[in-house]
Amino acid sequence: MTVVRIPTRRAGGGASQALRDGLIVAWRNLKRVPRIPELAIFAILQSIMFVLLFAYVFGGAIPLPGGGSYIEYLMPGIFAQTIVFAAATTAISMTSDLSKGIIDRFRSLPMARSAVVSGRALADVVYNAGILVVLMLSGLAVGWRVHSSIPDFLAGVGLLLVFAFAMVWIGVWLGLSVPTVEVTQQLSFTVLFPLTFLSNVFVPTSTLPSWLKPIAEWNPVSALTAATRQLWGNPNPFAATGLPAEHPIALTLIWAVVVVAIFAPLAAWRYHRMSR
Amino acid sequence: MDGIVAEGLTKVYRSRKSEVRALDGVDLIVEEGTVLGLLGPNGAGKTTTVRILATLLQPDAGTARVAGFDVLHDAQQLRGIIGLSGQYAAVDENLTGRENLWMFGRLYQLSSADARTRAGELLERFEIADAADRLVKTYSGGMRRRLDLASALIGRPRVLFLDEPTTGLDPRGRLGMWDVIRGLVREGATLLMTTQYLEEADALADTIAVVDHGRIIARGTADELKGRVGGERIEVVVHDKADIGRASAVLKRIGAGEIGVDEHLRRLTAVAGDGARSLVQVVRDFDEAAIGIDDIALHRPTLDDVFLALTGHAAELETTNGEENAPAAVAASGRKA
Repeated sequence: MTVVRIPTRRAGGGASQALRDGLIVAWRNLKRVPRIPELAIFAILQSIMFVLLFAYVFGGAIPLPGGGSYIEYLMPGIFAQTIVFAAATTAISMTSDLSKGIIDRFRSLPMARSAVVSGRALADVVYNAGILVVLMLSGLAVGWRVHSSIPDFLAGVGLLLVFAFAMVWIGVWLGLSVPTVEVTQQLSFTVLFPLTFLSNVFVPTSTLPSWLKPIAEWNPVSALTAATRQLWGNPNPFAATGLPAEHPIALTLIWAVVVVAIFAPLAAWRYHRMSR
Repeated sequence: MDGIVAEGLTKVYRSRKSEVRALDGVDLIVEEGTVLGLLGPNGAGKTTTVRILATLLQPDAGTARVAGFDVLHDAQQLRGIIGLSGQYAAVDENLTGRENLWMFGRLYQLSSADARTRAGELLERFEIADAADRLVKTYSGGMRRRLDLASALIGRPRVLFLDEPTTGLDPRGRLGMWDVIRGLVREGATLLMTTQYLEEADALADTIAVVDHGRIIARGTADELKGRVGGERIEVVVHDKADIGRASAVLKRIGAGEIGVDEHLRRLTAVAGDGARSLVQVVRDFDEAAIGIDDIALHRPTLDDVFLALTGHAAELETTNGEENAPAAVAASGRKA
């Protein structure tokens, strides 16, 4: 047999190797999605449950200042919530790869060190995009509409995906820091539930007690929700004027940068600490 | 160039509550093209040693070179010539066997076509070709283990680390794995394997290093080690407790060395200098002396016997020592600052 091994392997590898290895890891992560359909189905069902619960059970009791359709108000919030909750999926996948020794296998290979994490980030953003498509179709079915132009609609989708990318880093950091999948699960939801409920996702911030209003309005989830509402012409009431009310898109982007700036180094630090 | 040279490897796992000295100055030499069996109980430091040599873990002190590459400074080059297969089959359950091998081949920097060809070869060789396109979660334990080993071989590594390659396998799976490992050795790989079983090290390794509490306490060929233990042992359970004294006297005439006595179990052990012939002699003598026997057996020296002979204490199973056998996640959390 004359299969010749290729000894021309660059140490540490360069950008093209990092990209190639990242794509291979992303391929692997996406390949798994349809094979563990529970994860995606559960994520979608959970969001649909929130839609049904709030649109038909609580929605009637929630007045929108300035009027408008509650379902149109709600859907952008549901998209944002789904994106935020996806960080838990990222964390759980990461912890599971760690505990099953897959990460060790990756670390023993002459691959780009960044690929484990970049492959995760890429795959999870694509996964989120898929979930968003399903949820948007469900939204259309219950009466949600976009009233702006196609570029504005796409800008809103883009903003959601940028935020998804930022959330991935929280997920990666959490996943590398926590010992078991069960703990990751518990911890993720303990953090993520308040984050999405102390926001404008389900109720207008004007209904909140005055000390809670600024927290809810500056909440990154609120910024994302308000930004997409604004871009899509959905009802977008605010309690007060100020940066969150006037520049939700800029605020969302700032938040995304801040989250990445904090959690990407933390995740990298965690990853390097594995060899200590 | 030497296969593996390690000097003074030291590793201490610190957590808030405790400090575990996993390695306490391990020296190793594995000649190129030979097999070293690292023999020791759980928690002795076997896995830690392998993880350091395979660039997964940095030692606190000491140096190691594998095929001339320093494990710290040339880690990335080193990864291009080693293969690692651990006691946890580190393959992706939600990919097929073929997809796993292709992916690991690509990440080993093979071209897509090479990775595909090589995956096909390995699937044939390890008898998983029939299941190649099934998800790994449908595989048996033995198949997963073979796939894990195949993953380690995807880039034709010059140096191979096998961490307890047969732990958790049934006897048939174990023998199958032995055949596979023997095949690798014939092809000239330098191999470092860990095991808890003397007989396994005996069957596969050229030399054996015995590890205990993070230190190498003995090294040599299997025969040399067994010589230090004194060969096979006779184990007798007498029927009547009152006969223990007389039975011990009989055994003393036949065997060499100390007679081990467990009063509670009425069990005596002695070195059988002459193997099966000694056993026959013991049976005759017991019969003549009218000592009733409940059970009698000849057994090969086990890791326990080796430990008893080398350290004077039995091999402790340190199941509480999470770091040694746990994969990185658990180890990392255990050491969280």
